[in-house]
Amino acid sequence: MDKGTDRVKRGLAEMLKGGVIMDVVNADHARIAEEAGAVAVMALERVPADIRADGGVARMSDPTMIEEIQAAVSIPVMAKARIGHFVEAQVLQSLGVDYVDESEVLTPADEEHHIDKWAFAVPFVCGARNLGEALRRIGEGAAMIRTKGEAGTGDVVEAVRHFRTINGEMQRLTTMKHEELMSTARDLGAPFDLVEEIAETGKLPVVNFAAGGIATPADAALMMQLGVDGVFVGSGIFKSGDPASRAKAIVEATTYYEDPSIIAKVSRNLGEPMVGIGVTELEEGERLAGRGW
Amino acid sequence: MPVGILALQGDFREHAQLLNGMGVETRLVRKPGELDSIDGLVIPGGESTTIGKLADRYGLLEPLRRVVRSGVPTLGTCAGLIFLAAGTTGPAQIHLGVLDVVVERNAFGRQVDSFEAELDVTGLVDPLHAVFIRAPVIDKAGADVEILATVENDPVMVRQGNIIATSFHPELTGETRVHTLMLNQEG
Repeated sequence: MDKGTDRVKRGLAEMLKGGVIMDVVNADHARIAEEAGAVAVMALERVPADIRADGGVARMSDPTMIEEIQAAVSIPVMAKARIGHFVEAQVLQSLGVDYVDESEVLTPADEEHHIDKWAFAVPFVCGARNLGEALRRIGEGAAMIRTKGEAGTGDVVEAVRHFRTINGEMQRLTTMKHEELMSTARDLGAPFDLVEEIAETGKLPVVNFAAGGIATPADAALMMQLGVDGVFVGSGIFKSGDPASRAKAIVEATTYYEDPSIIAKVSRNLGEPMVGIGVTELEEGERLAGRGW
Repeated sequence: MPVGILALQGDFREHAQLLNGMGVETRLVRKPGELDSIDGLVIPGGESTTIGKLADRYGLLEPLRRVVRSGVPTLGTCAGLIFLAAGTTGPAQIHLGVLDVVVERNAFGRQVDSFEAELDVTGLVDPLHAVFIRAPVIDKAGADVEILATVENDPVMVRQGNIIATSFHPELTGETRVHTLMLNQEG
């Protein structure tokens, strides 16, 4: 019996495909998310919109809160560790969380090094803005990738940009001759073996979700039609007027992403969406996606 | 006629790729009408609570029950096993109730306890390499249910009439023998 293998780590993400992972800050939120049909919840102390508003240092959540959420639902529970904070990740693994998100939404603990994710039995998901970043994280052992988008804004533009960037770079690799791959690996700052693999297959070796700015059923369906494997919704649900209805609608739009009549039906009467912040209104230092490299 | 693969959520594309690789035509099923004229039915891995809720909201529960009870060869893997079952040992959730077993969800523990192992399966000559992810086991099985494989004495693969169900994921390892078993059975 082999535990903590690549296959079982990446395999859990395969099971989440076509689903919605929701940020929750307490057991009640987690129950609402599960009832709506979420495939997993992300336990954190404050949703990104509040982290943005409150400022200060954002850290791993209180273990008691994570355990309360684990006790409240049967779906997988994920939790966030700061970039490079391998002790927070060790703590989360000891709590038995199902996935660790090494997340730019929290304040980075190390500006040079990400966590050595191979050293853990628990799988990791990491954010990426482009192919080089995605492949560096996979090279460090990430078993799942998500676009960084721009968390806590309700503006989907960055998630779209990051996904299109990653996809475009992968397509370009598939058209290259083998002798061109090394200089491309250098330019991307990506491990050569992974560049070779993508030139061959045209896709990431791990599941790739959208995150950062998804606030409506149509946003979720947009990302699915672009080709992501599933979506994370952070502030978009519990900072909106009617979280239970919106959560359910986003789940249904993610499954029926190719059916505009269903997206129209579930988009009705959802109440106020989260108050958005246009990404272009943010100062460079206010952007979370620039954290990590 | 194609094999229908329930595509509400989960790793339905892996099942489709595996079957297509075996020369079997497939159809993704998200609406009741897509269950018409199918030669087999696959319920994939995924989150069983999500699949159950979506099947309920989009009117798929009764049509799925009719298809399985009509004798169409059916395979459920992991969440598919849970969805086919009569119930779980844990909190209530939505089931088809066509397979006479009660399952224990996450029976081996949380994700850090997920594992791979070699498995001896009744009817297969060589062992099968099986991937278990937050896997369920069968806690109770009715008299008509044949146990095809076990891990530490817990049943992880069963057959009842036209239904085969597994706790593990043959679709993740390129293993075709489970799908072949499913397609070759008569209702």
